[in-house]
Amino acid sequence: MTAVAYVVGGILAAGAVLALYRAVQGPSILDRVLALDVVLAIIGAALVLNMVVNRHLDNLILLVAISLIGFVGSVTVARFVTDRK
Amino acid sequence: MIRQRIPLITELPLVIWLVLVWGALWQDFGPGNLVFGALIAYAVVNVFYLPPVELTGRFNVLWLVPFLGRFLYELVTASLQVFWLAVSKGPSLRSAVVAVKLRSSSDFLVTATGHAISLIPGSLVLEVDRSTSTLYLHCLNVVDDAGADAIRRNVRTTEAWLIRIMGSSTDLAALRTEEAR
Amino acid sequence: MTDVVVSVLLIAGALLSLAAGIGLVRFPDLLSRMHAATKPQVLGLLLFLLALAVESGSWVLVPLLVLCWVFQLLTSPVSAHMVGRAGYRTRHLRRDLLTLDELDDVVVRAADDSDGPARPDLGSGRGAGGGT
Repeated sequence: MTAVAYVVGGILAAGAVLALYRAVQGPSILDRVLALDVVLAIIGAALVLNMVVNRHLDNLILLVAISLIGFVGSVTVARFVTDRK
Repeated sequence: MIRQRIPLITELPLVIWLVLVWGALWQDFGPGNLVFGALIAYAVVNVFYLPPVELTGRFNVLWLVPFLGRFLYELVTASLQVFWLAVSKGPSLRSAVVAVKLRSSSDFLVTATGHAISLIPGSLVLEVDRSTSTLYLHCLNVVDDAGADAIRRNVRTTEAWLIRIMGSSTDLAALRTEEAR
Repeated sequence: MTDVVVSVLLIAGALLSLAAGIGLVRFPDLLSRMHAATKPQVLGLLLFLLALAVESGSWVLVPLLVLCWVFQLLTSPVSAHMVGRAGYRTRHLRRDLLTLDELDDVVVRAADDSDGPARPDLGSGRGAGGGT
């Protein structure tokens, strides 16, 4: 199980690095919001991984909260994004 | 503030949903907890007022199960497909904005269809025209009219499933006559 | 047995996140990247929650896990629609990558007969986006 945890963690980290590369690279703010949404999803996945490996359930509420925060964040940015010239 | 009184029966689905959320969050579906949840839900629905969602008054659970199966199947295949596109095509990918005219004019059904379509990777609702109930979808890897037609057929099939589950009886009758033809 | 199922579910879910990362980097414009972003949010989360349910092996947990997933199902298309619509209206997309654009015709027509019957859904959006 520990080996699996390391493999899964490694894959998640690779995904997060790729998403962060897009967040840094841009080019527009919508791209960045999208990439950070993916990072948030990966953080959620890591929380579940933590629960599975350590056999506890403390992060579940955090998971619900994270999905709602991601929603509010991207909707807010989408609402106020300006026109590209 | 003057506002319309909403009859309890239209609020009932929302209250039931809130009670279920309450029970799930406490991980306790005992009667005491549910009654307390119902009181809170009723207060919340009345204090934080929202315009009521107009449901159609029909709900068929028998059609829901195969719909969920089809949804999950499409979710998995479409996810793999988008993965493959990302690896194989990458930057040379072409996509299209396709207009799909839906049958139903009910806001609720159009929303549900758009939701189900957006959840499946490979198609995304860009814009909705309420007056003609047309969805404008952004679709990956559509290069010709045949691809666009396939998308349209797929979306209309999804809508037909949703009409069977929770469409109004007029929509359902229209669907039946269309299929009989 | 449980461990095998849990491992497979976890690895599949993690691969979906990796796929989203690859898609985000390799796809050419905003709207195609959005398709890649939907995956870990919907299917990836489902696989991870299934792994958690299998591992814990109790039914008490299931309503909360379903709630988690349903919240994600309800919110992620809405935010994707908002971002996609804002991207289209503020022209964050590359038209040369579209083989077909049936929305553009409608927007042009709505802009032309703005004196005629109002088309609030389409016409005003273009105006709010800053006109031409």
